[in-house]
Amino acid sequence: MEPKPLKVLMFGWEFPPEISGGLGTACYGLVSGLIDSGVDVTFVVPKLYGTEETDKFRLVGASDINVNFSNDHFNKNLEKVKYLQIHSHILPYVSPQEFLERTEFDVESLKIDSTFSTAKFSFGGKYGKNLLSEVSKYAVVAMQIAQDQDFDVIHAHDWLTFPAAIMAKEVSGKKLVVHIHATEFDRSGEAVNQEVYDMERQGCEAADRIICVSRLTRRILMNRYGIDGSKISVVHNAVVPKPAIIYPKKNLVDKKIVTFLGRITFQKGPDYFVEAAKKVLEVMPDAHFVMAGNGDMFLNCLERAAELKISKRFHFPGFLNYFETNNLFGMTDVYVMPSVSEPFGITPLEAMRTGVPVIISKQSGVSEVLNNAIKVDFWDVNALSDTIIGLLKHEEVSKQLAGDGTDEVHEMKWEYAALKVREIYNKTIDRRRSVRV
Amino acid sequence: MKKLCFYFQVHQPFRLKDYRFFDISCDDDYFDKKLNHEIMRKVADKCYLPMNQLLLEQIQAHNGNFKVSFSISGICIEQFELYAQDVLDSFKRLADTGCVEFIAETYGHSLSALKSPEEFKAQVAKQTAKVKEHFGQTPTTFRNTELIYNNQIGSLVHEMGYKTMITEGADHVMDWRSPNFIYSHCQHPDLKLLLKNYKLSDDIAFRFSERSWESWPLHAETFGQWVNSTAWNQEIINLFMDYETFGEHQWAESGIFDFMRELPNQIINHSQFDFVTPSEAAAQLNPVSDIDIHNTISWADAERDLTAWLGNPIQDDAFDSLYELEGLMKKVDDEKIKDDWVKLQTSDHFYYMCTKFWSDGDVHKYFSHYESPYAAFINYMNVLTDFEERVKKASGYTPEEIKINQGIIENFKKYLPYSVDLN
Repeated sequence: MEPKPLKVLMFGWEFPPEISGGLGTACYGLVSGLIDSGVDVTFVVPKLYGTEETDKFRLVGASDINVNFSNDHFNKNLEKVKYLQIHSHILPYVSPQEFLERTEFDVESLKIDSTFSTAKFSFGGKYGKNLLSEVSKYAVVAMQIAQDQDFDVIHAHDWLTFPAAIMAKEVSGKKLVVHIHATEFDRSGEAVNQEVYDMERQGCEAADRIICVSRLTRRILMNRYGIDGSKISVVHNAVVPKPAIIYPKKNLVDKKIVTFLGRITFQKGPDYFVEAAKKVLEVMPDAHFVMAGNGDMFLNCLERAAELKISKRFHFPGFLNYFETNNLFGMTDVYVMPSVSEPFGITPLEAMRTGVPVIISKQSGVSEVLNNAIKVDFWDVNALSDTIIGLLKHEEVSKQLAGDGTDEVHEMKWEYAALKVREIYNKTIDRRRSVRV
Repeated sequence: MKKLCFYFQVHQPFRLKDYRFFDISCDDDYFDKKLNHEIMRKVADKCYLPMNQLLLEQIQAHNGNFKVSFSISGICIEQFELYAQDVLDSFKRLADTGCVEFIAETYGHSLSALKSPEEFKAQVAKQTAKVKEHFGQTPTTFRNTELIYNNQIGSLVHEMGYKTMITEGADHVMDWRSPNFIYSHCQHPDLKLLLKNYKLSDDIAFRFSERSWESWPLHAETFGQWVNSTAWNQEIINLFMDYETFGEHQWAESGIFDFMRELPNQIINHSQFDFVTPSEAAAQLNPVSDIDIHNTISWADAERDLTAWLGNPIQDDAFDSLYELEGLMKKVDDEKIKDDWVKLQTSDHFYYMCTKFWSDGDVHKYFSHYESPYAAFINYMNVLTDFEERVKKASGYTPEEIKINQGIIENFKKYLPYSVDLN
């Protein structure tokens, strides 16, 4: 007899095509892989845009859920989770009226029926300024979803969904797996947001099992959050095996182009890229450098490039859409990711998929799994510039590295990652067996 | 009689269009035709046409006793040709009165005087030819872009045969001296300098419609009295300003046109002043002293120096990157490239990149169509990247091969996932 498929209630914050970072891409890949390996996934996001592939995925938008406050069962659950001081925005609320009375809560996002018995919450989605309030609302709706849905295990992606997942766990009594794609230390360096940090830690503590995208992230959880390492499994990300779109080079056709693509923030090491560019240009004055993306170090990098007198070879195209990103990869001769701290780093894989050789920092999670990439310390500007020069000058080496890289990336399938995750589910649900993945 | 000299700067840049990184090598059309057309029409209707008409009427009404002077950048005249033939015609009518002097400057309203004497001279020749073509005069007075001046620029202008030049009466070079005299270049006594009286000029150009100003509203009669009350021995008052002051910076509603309609009468009939053009002033008055201007001055911002255009890293890198192409430009024969070369030198492009965000920042913002100086810089550099490639191609440039140090390659090999043999 076929075993009953495992049912997962998964909480995420974004899902393609409406995404703003790597999180949505990773969720898409993982869910696809899980479906292919026979796992039944219900994926919850704050809001659906109508452009998602709903035929392939079972997606639930929190903004579409009618939260029934008159239901005794629901109120009992609210009582049950009252003690959870996840965030001051959330608890204790027992009725839509109370939501209306709380001024810190944006009541405009609440659609209440005339009897005050049910309400729908609207979500901006994304990462706006009402983020913490959205996180709280999401948690309230999660209780309703956990009550309505039939599932075996809860899986939550990053801190934004942790309050929701904890609520869902309280309501359902089901096991919780949390998935750490990035920690607050990766996003903010040492200037951590205490509320975010607390939510991350509470999520990890409430979880029955934790999945990290790299050993690097696992170490951060152990050292910075005091989480027991035996509770943490590492599952590296993969790439969706769709055929790479390679656009012919249209700009600077006969020039060598070196690319940085990502948020221009301290964690991504953009400043090392600028310094390396200067050193490369000293011996290859006709090379061009592209720093695509936005971020709080954008102006520093722009002014630094100007001080170094390399602006005419150093370009800032801004934030690129999907089409432009592929366009840029199409013209790129070397892709560089000099991250100071990178839990995983999926863009080098995307670059490799389009046949671009990559240089990545040893401080990135992806360096744990990649063989056909050049790995340097992010701070070693000489290593960075020497390897860029080497790849630009030695086309045959560059071609071989890129070719091997493309093959390697094609073997990094979400299917394999999903099998590991499925194994983690099974072991988490079944207490009699110890987990070791 | 004492002299009152009006000089107006008339200029519009060819503004760049939104030129993205992905446009490089795909688009050699850099300028925003729609925006430039719109702005030219707007300024023509609000300022150039009504003000030219007003000046014409005043010249006629005062039987040749009212006189003014203009410097019009070559690229501004080009935009008249393209978008405002009516404005060009009205300037011609002014030229025909014989009471209007047209002044020489660089064709592209450029900063070339600071970088390349050769380019500077070529642009001046081009502008004066354009003036002659349309207004039938060969300019004999020189005015550098935005009154930018130093001894060296003065020498250059002198070398080109000009005997009269106008610049700013900046406090930090004037010290105790008054701008209300004629001065001469410190090495060339025959180059006479007319210095702007910035106090009285700015009363019209900047403060006229400022309601918080104690003299608001300013009437021509009051202004005439101010002019008349200058010290007994002073000889000339130079009122130099942007022509767009009239109707554009100071709106018609502010009463600026009424003011200017009455001012000639107040000066001619109620003061000890005569109107003169700059070359007349230079012919009639002798210098009281020479003046040594070592550090570059201009009429911009509170600093009256170059910092509106140059000095921050992005301005300097853009400016230097542009002029690095000068050598190659000499080998280029392509007319469109030569034309773009001049238009990319326009000082406004560098003005948009100014990051001085204190009180003067407001003025910069008013004159910029970019959301930030950095956006202006990125756009300009994208264009310049494309332009450089065109220049290199057209000039037959071949890059010189730089030998790579073997140490670099040895280091590179260490980082490869497998060993390779590279020579």
